[in-house]
Amino acid sequence: MTARSGPTPTPVLADAAGEPLGQTTRITNRTITLRKDRTMKSPGKIAMLTAAALVGVGILSGCSSSSGGGDDGKVNLVVAPVLPGATADALKSLHDRVAQFEKKYPDIKVKAIEYQWTGTTFAAELAGGTLPDVFNVPFTDSKTLANNGQLADITKYFKQTPTADKWNKNVLDVATGNDGKIYGIPWGPYAMALSYNRDIFTKAGLDPDKPPTTLDEIQQDAKTIAAKVPGVAGYMQMTEDNTGGWELATLTQSMGGKLEKVASDGKVTVTADNPQTKQALAWLKKLRWGDNSMGSNFLFDWSGINQAFASGQIAMYMSGSDVIGSLMQANGFDQKKYGVTTFPLASSASAGILSGGNVDVVNVKDSPEQVAAAVKWINFYRTEPTVDKTAAINNAKTLAKGDQAVNAPTLPVFDKATWEQNQEWIKPYDNIPVENLKPFNDNIFNQKISPEPPSHTQDLYGALDSVVQAVLTDQNADVDTLLKGVDTKVQALVDADGK
Amino acid sequence: MSVHTSARSQSGTARLRIGRRHNPVTWVQRGGLTTLVFLLPLLIIFGVFSWTPIVEAVVMSFQKTNLVTAPVFVGWDNFVAVFRDPVFWIAVRNTGYFAGLALLFGYPIPLVAAVLMSEVKRMKGFFSVLAYLPVVIPPVVSVLLWKIFYDASPRGVFNTILGWVGIPPQPWIQDAATAMPSLVLEATWAGAGGTIIIYLAALTSVSPDLYDAAEVDGASLWGKIWHVTLPQLRGILFITLILQIIATAQVFLQPFLFTGGGPVDSTTTILLLIYQYAFTQSLGGAYGEATALSLMLAAFLAVLSIAYFRLTARWSDN
Repeated sequence: MTARSGPTPTPVLADAAGEPLGQTTRITNRTITLRKDRTMKSPGKIAMLTAAALVGVGILSGCSSSSGGGDDGKVNLVVAPVLPGATADALKSLHDRVAQFEKKYPDIKVKAIEYQWTGTTFAAELAGGTLPDVFNVPFTDSKTLANNGQLADITKYFKQTPTADKWNKNVLDVATGNDGKIYGIPWGPYAMALSYNRDIFTKAGLDPDKPPTTLDEIQQDAKTIAAKVPGVAGYMQMTEDNTGGWELATLTQSMGGKLEKVASDGKVTVTADNPQTKQALAWLKKLRWGDNSMGSNFLFDWSGINQAFASGQIAMYMSGSDVIGSLMQANGFDQKKYGVTTFPLASSASAGILSGGNVDVVNVKDSPEQVAAAVKWINFYRTEPTVDKTAAINNAKTLAKGDQAVNAPTLPVFDKATWEQNQEWIKPYDNIPVENLKPFNDNIFNQKISPEPPSHTQDLYGALDSVVQAVLTDQNADVDTLLKGVDTKVQALVDADGK
Repeated sequence: MSVHTSARSQSGTARLRIGRRHNPVTWVQRGGLTTLVFLLPLLIIFGVFSWTPIVEAVVMSFQKTNLVTAPVFVGWDNFVAVFRDPVFWIAVRNTGYFAGLALLFGYPIPLVAAVLMSEVKRMKGFFSVLAYLPVVIPPVVSVLLWKIFYDASPRGVFNTILGWVGIPPQPWIQDAATAMPSLVLEATWAGAGGTIIIYLAALTSVSPDLYDAAEVDGASLWGKIWHVTLPQLRGILFITLILQIIATAQVFLQPFLFTGGGPVDSTTTILLLIYQYAFTQSLGGAYGEATALSLMLAAFLAVLSIAYFRLTARWSDN
């Protein structure tokens, strides 16, 4: 262990055994602890071993700093803002941001971990006490979790943030429970979009600056790519872990259909068996069985399809407009190859683009001090860079230095003017070629935003996974019967809520 | 009076005897404490890690809970909900299909391999290592490796090999019809090594005299296997059969990692459905259904095991 000392100790990245890692070292351990530098003395070996053992035990016993109060009177906070498998650069950026936060709030000690929230592990982690203090959940789930009593009420501390009154009500609504209390802070709202690989477009003789603007054009381009670039799927969608239903919902709504209808008395009717969903499935069938332009693998979840796209197996896929952030963070994808455009909408007045986003939420088991500290962190890490010039520039600088996406396309959380102002501030640090994002940025504000189906969203998506899989793997799939089955199944769950 | 006294003295003796037996000092002297100390880790570990969860699971199967808010007792609702779920019957059918296929391929292959290996004179160790190697590879790693092998494009590993002999590319796990057999193939490959080692060990206990006698009687190799090896291995064969049935009824890893139950629920097994109830549906809202189905599976396997042992005990006697 190298001894270093200095007047202002800098936090360094340390692995689980307490060994500091060089800044260029690939960090493989999933836990990053921030530790003050100190001069090592030989009698300290035992202490070091004990500390290493404690760190180990800490990892085994989970992430959440259950007590919240440190020995030094500091509030401990475990935050989880990066995905597992984040690149060393991404971790470096995060570490810099943590250092900035701790400098601003010396009474809060932050431990940042790699973490991906999933519905599958959430409840067990919450019950088992291994959940981080701050984590992010998708728009799809935040309201359900809040109403289930599974998230901390942050209303009091949220109201103390300088931007509390500035929020776009529609955006803040996803983090508001049925009781009117605030359970999280939204960030990075996005619209569903069409991501494409510009290199593959060029290889297939297509112009990467003129991506498809209608479903027919997507079909044609996919066909061309599949024919001219062997082994590459022209177009693909997600199909597993509820993402199949999520993307089918996007297609349906882009054609003007709805998977659920809400009556004026609030009663929800599941309407998966609607003409637009059938039309969407027929479109997929045409690509899969008519043109054979969707490749040979049809079981993809979110991270699986990102990986396949990043490794050049897929030319176009339906994704969130901000996915380049994850592609760079977790897949090391070269942003110069990346292209994104708006997903085509039908001309029908009811057609809209499905939107989504993230909500940073706080562990329901945290102490009030931790909740207060958590809100400060979320405000610092997520909100400030969107409204405050200095914070925005600092954040952009840090991201750019760590080769992380600075200008991933998102939607406004406050209003369009604030968003545009923010885009101006960070412009000098943009590291995704602006012309690659142009097809999306030029058109997105012409698209009507359409929210997700409101009731039992994940159950509905899960049930629809099978329908999408059926269409892609069975040429004779009986779509009508399958969709009626989805209606029956999910309607039963919706009706059970009212009992 | 005398009778009464006698009775009293008798009961007094009895009390004394009982008293002596329950005297802590005597109990310690007789080694009771040592026994308890040795037993304690076992009791604690079983109590904490096995029995408490089992009891809690039984309680939970009658509750509606999300592990955070207070649980509500709902009677038999969870069991009814499971029976009414159409996917439950699909999962039962799929699990039966997996178990059947695994029995068809996975049961005889290790036996044949073990018998052949025991006949091999040289390089026996090499073959044993070769057979056991898949067991050493962590199951998750081998499934992920096979997932790459099963790539359905013509460039996939297996499809390339098939291409060499003129067979067109197969969809493997990408098609409802071929997904389950593909899972069984990997499971057989991964599991055969362990069973082969058990059979090899059992084969060494078969007396060579029996083979000599069979040879004198003019038995062929097949005759020796049929009349000597198999009857001698009968006990072990019964055990591995029931162990395999229990293991295949609880198959989870392969469908979870290969296909997530797809395409179109064609590989959703009972254990995967339990997992889906508990963790993927309604954000952990269906723990009750998950535990109810777990209990049903446990009860079914217990009944099956008892019936099986009764049956095979009779065969063994004969």
